[in-house]
Order: sequence, then structure tokens, then C-alpha cells
Amino acid sequence: MILHTVNRSPFGSDCLQSCLDIATIDSGVILIEDGVYCALANTELTELISTALTRHKIYVLSPDLQARGIADAVAEGIEAVDYAGFVELCTQFDKVVSWY
Amino acid sequence: MLMVDGQTIPTDKEGYLKNLGDWSNTVATAIAQQEQIILTEQHWEIISLLRDFYQQYEVSPAMRVLVKTVGLQLGKEKGRSIYLMALFPESPAKVASKIAGLPKPANCL
Amino acid sequence: MTEQQPDPKKILFLNRRAPYGSSLPREALDAVLMASAFGQEITLVFLEDGVFQLKKQQDPSNIEMKNFSKTFGALALYGVESVYVEQRSMEKRGLTLDQLLIPAKIIQSSELGALLEEQDQVLSF
Repeated sequence: MILHTVNRSPFGSDCLQSCLDIATIDSGVILIEDGVYCALANTELTELISTALTRHKIYVLSPDLQARGIADAVAEGIEAVDYAGFVELCTQFDKVVSWY
Repeated sequence: MLMVDGQTIPTDKEGYLKNLGDWSNTVATAIAQQEQIILTEQHWEIISLLRDFYQQYEVSPAMRVLVKTVGLQLGKEKGRSIYLMALFPESPAKVASKIAGLPKPANCL
Repeated sequence: MTEQQPDPKKILFLNRRAPYGSSLPREALDAVLMASAFGQEITLVFLEDGVFQLKKQQDPSNIEMKNFSKTFGALALYGVESVYVEQRSMEKRGLTLDQLLIPAKIIQSSELGALLEEQDQVLSF
């Protein structure tokens, strides 16, 4: 099972879309760096994200959220993790595919 | 650095030409000399094949690919590591590329 | 060079960038040649702008770059024959298989997930 990392903002990159098109059901997605903007609630992505949440567990890296001032604006259903949590996830999945 | 006919030709520290355009038969002979190889017709045949390969693919072939290509173009007898080892001892893909004035095959460690 | 890997790994290279805008495509190709020289089982996938890497008739001589697209022609000699282009990426960019430098198979994004899952490693470029 794959853990996908996405590190680009969805408002100017196809990373998130490509990742979600390809990720098989139950694979994990973690949003890091500028990828944390994918986690914003009340954007044009809301529907894409809520559909994705029915197929995948979606995580977001909290230090990257905090840095960008959007820690309190995360869409419901997305789980924030710290660095230790990120490492833990990497060990749970058998490989990591990065979208950057 | 290489001295050929009183001209200085820049090479990297392993002896590969820095400018592929500096190559000539005389330069090849000089590089071969440093490798303690005297070029015969059999050597030139491989050198010319390598230069054609690079011309076509922009890459110096790895050993396995060199063996395969020699086999396809010059016949099975020659398309064997042992044949190439005899001509360009130790590491044929590297040594022959160097003499042919090409970059080091990136995939040879 | 004579080292034999007893247990070849399945490695998939995911190429998503256009050829000359960054060094990633070039680095991917170097890594592919390296891995194949060590007998690994290689799959190449071209996605998004990555499909432009395979476009015929590239000539970067006037932008002072090496035409590494020529190297794709050597892949078969390196034993790399599993090459896929993603259907929608091709379509969006008006590309067809006959415009590509080497034979490639069309794959749907819905099939790509399974292809990724069956690999030992997936490397993104």
C-alpha cells in the first residue's frame, strides 16, 4: 500500500489532481509544504477533497499548516500530524510516492 | 591534460576529453598510449562503433549494452566480454569510451 | 559492472516534467540507465507534461542543451521495454503515439494505481 505525499499548492499545480486520479482505494495521502493548501476548507476543492476522503485517509503536516497561518482552516476529515506522526505513517505504508 | 603534436588538450582527472570536439585519430592514439594500448584494426572497429553509438544516442553504452551492440553489428564472435576485455583490459566500456573521446559511461561504477 | 543482482527489483520511474525546463527529466533518464545496467526491472511512466519528453524532432542545440531525447532510442538495448504514457495527458496536449520517439503503451490513470502498487519502488521525477 502506498503513502502519497503532495507538496504543491493545488491552485497552480496538477499534483493533487494527478495523485487522486491514480491513488488506489485505501492508499494514504499526506499534504506537506505548500501541499497543505489542499487541506483548506471552503475552497473550490471542497468537493474533490470530500470525495477523496471517502476513498483515502488524508493527513496534513501541522508545522506546515501553522507556518502558513491556516491551522484553524482545515477541512473536516483531514487529520493533522506532527513530524513524528509523519515518520510513523511512512513506516506503516510499504512505499512512499511523492508528488512535487 | 594531454599533449598531442605540441598542442595541449584538456581532459578530466581520469583522462576523458573535456571537449568531445577535440577528438581525432591522433588524439585517440595518444589516449590509448596512456592506457598502454597500441591500437589495431580491431580496436578501431570498436572505437568507430562507439562513436556511432554516441552520435545516435547521446550516451556512452554500459558494458552489457556495448557487448550487445558489438554482437549485433560485428558478429557474435566479437560480441563477447572476453573479446572486448582482451582489446581494452580491465574495464572495456570505460577504456574504449575514453579512447573514443566520449564521456565515461555514467552507469559504470 | 559484473555484479549480478540475484533478486531484481521492480522500479517504476514516474516522469511528470517537460524536457528542458529543469534537470529532472535528464536525471531520471540517467537513473534509468544506471538501474537497468544493474539488471533491475524497469517501468517508465510519462504523465502530465512528462509526455513531452518523448516528442519526436527535439533539437535543443540552440538553447545550449544536450539532446537527451536521443537516448530514449537506446532504452531497448538497455532492456527497458515497459514504457507507458497516460491517456489524458496525451490527449490534453494533442499528442498521438506516432508523434513519439519510441513505442509506448497507452495507460489510463485508473490503471496506473495498480501498476504503482505492484512495484518495489516508485521514483518521481
